[in-house]
Amino acid sequence: MIWVIGAVAVWLGAWALNVWLARGPATRARALLVPALFGLSLLVLWEGIVRGLGVPSVILPAPSAIFERIIVSLPILWGDFVQTFLKGALSGYVLGVAAGIAVALIADASDFLRRGVMPVGNFMAALPIIGIAPIMVMWFGFDWESKAAVVVVMVFFPILVNTVGGLAATDRMQRDLMRTYAAGYLPTLLKLRLPAAMPFIFNGLKIATTLALIGAIVAEFFGSPVRGMGFRISTEVGRLALDMVWAEIVVAALAGSAFYGAIALIETRVTFWHPSQRRG
Amino acid sequence: MRRSIPVLTIVALILGLWYLGAWGMNRQWALDQAARAEVTLSEAEIFVDTMSQDRPKLPAPHQVAVELWDTVAMKSPTSRRSLLFHGWITLSATLAGFAIGAVAGMLLAVGIVHNRAMDMSVMPWAIASQTIPILAIAPMIIVVLNSVGVSGLLPKALISAYLSFFPVVVGMVKGLRAPDAMQLDLLRTYNASASQGFWKLRLPASLPYLFASLKIAIAASLVGAIVGELPTGAVRGLGARLLAGSYYGQTVQIWSALIGAAVLAGLMVGAIGLMERQVLKRMGMAR
Repeated sequence: MIWVIGAVAVWLGAWALNVWLARGPATRARALLVPALFGLSLLVLWEGIVRGLGVPSVILPAPSAIFERIIVSLPILWGDFVQTFLKGALSGYVLGVAAGIAVALIADASDFLRRGVMPVGNFMAALPIIGIAPIMVMWFGFDWESKAAVVVVMVFFPILVNTVGGLAATDRMQRDLMRTYAAGYLPTLLKLRLPAAMPFIFNGLKIATTLALIGAIVAEFFGSPVRGMGFRISTEVGRLALDMVWAEIVVAALAGSAFYGAIALIETRVTFWHPSQRRG
Repeated sequence: MRRSIPVLTIVALILGLWYLGAWGMNRQWALDQAARAEVTLSEAEIFVDTMSQDRPKLPAPHQVAVELWDTVAMKSPTSRRSLLFHGWITLSATLAGFAIGAVAGMLLAVGIVHNRAMDMSVMPWAIASQTIPILAIAPMIIVVLNSVGVSGLLPKALISAYLSFFPVVVGMVKGLRAPDAMQLDLLRTYNASASQGFWKLRLPASLPYLFASLKIAIAASLVGAIVGELPTGAVRGLGARLLAGSYYGQTVQIWSALIGAAVLAGLMVGAIGLMERQVLKRMGMAR
């Protein structure tokens, strides 16, 4: 019981500290400290409740047990990461993005096509495309190629819709200016319309990062070689080894956040001129 | 009419590509079968065969349509062979989860807007959680709840709720903060209380944002319900149809479940869009 009371006390203390910190002037340090404190206090609360109430590890392992498991099984986690993220998600992401932008450029060339592609693309982007996983496993086999194929289809539509929308973002005046410079289609595209579309394209790229990882993991539930994050999660769940499952989830969370962060970083470099990137 | 012609053209194009794909991908099987039976087929015979195989690599659109018609219209909705039955199982979990997630999300958003400590502590985590492949935990939730004796609708609904929760929080917070300083100042000159400010200004202003995120959330919660049906080898629901189809190589069944899920998603997003238009029109905010 002492564990539970202690943990709740720590959590309440951290919360009180956060209330006090939030009342002060908003500095960068506080903006980082407050959420970090909140997250840490949640971990302490979790640990305390699991230990204090003796929650069996088949229901909820303690954070310390998960951390231990991560340290012990680093080689397995790394192998799964390579299989699912580097081979499945990343290659699918690159192919899907390339295909989405290419089709968007084709659709953009004609007003008729654009008006047809946009509603269909929007509709497709809202569908549970993840369901094609069993079909792709059937077509491309159990290895990472089928996961990459699922990812390609999943990221294709958000990229397509955002790129087509972004290419329409320049106004008449800007395009007329390019015409007065005697710029043809290609210079206009490269120097005016693609740069102007970049904030939209990056929006699609960021949405697609999560979709890529989800697609690669869920596709492994439908069959996979004996490695990969989705495979490990589904088999270890079957053996009720939940600390291993949580270890995979931590890896997935880190990989997902790092992937998103990397795209966001490139975005600030590429679209530094956009109002949303302005600081201070 | 001017708006539907381009869309119909694209749809026709996709259907055409689908037929072409069915012909290309099923051809090899037709040829193999013919070689085994030691007969030679003309191109026309091959074409006919690729359009009517039992377990094609890619079923032709009309095969899926026939399967859909058989399992939706020709079977009683309570039968296990009816797609309506499976669709309803998934739909009920989706709607229950969506309701839980949307209500919880709105409540958290109100808390975040009105409490600065909560804003600074929770909001970064809510945003960061968007970058995490949350669906990875679905099997664990199902199995853990199963081991403590909870099964059926609730575990799936919880996954759906979790997936629809964060889009609603993020959208609603943005919406509640949409009124600008001028409008807030005007309310202050009226000596309005905090709760009046909430009910008369912030809440109405947040509705367009709320509806936009509800559309994302309901599509996400359908995905959650479908994935929630995979890990326990469930026998009911659209996800179970997908899984069973992939075990037994029943491609036509997979495709019909897929189309069923797509129609379900389309209907639900459409229903929210309809609600959005009605509500915004009544409030005089329709575009």
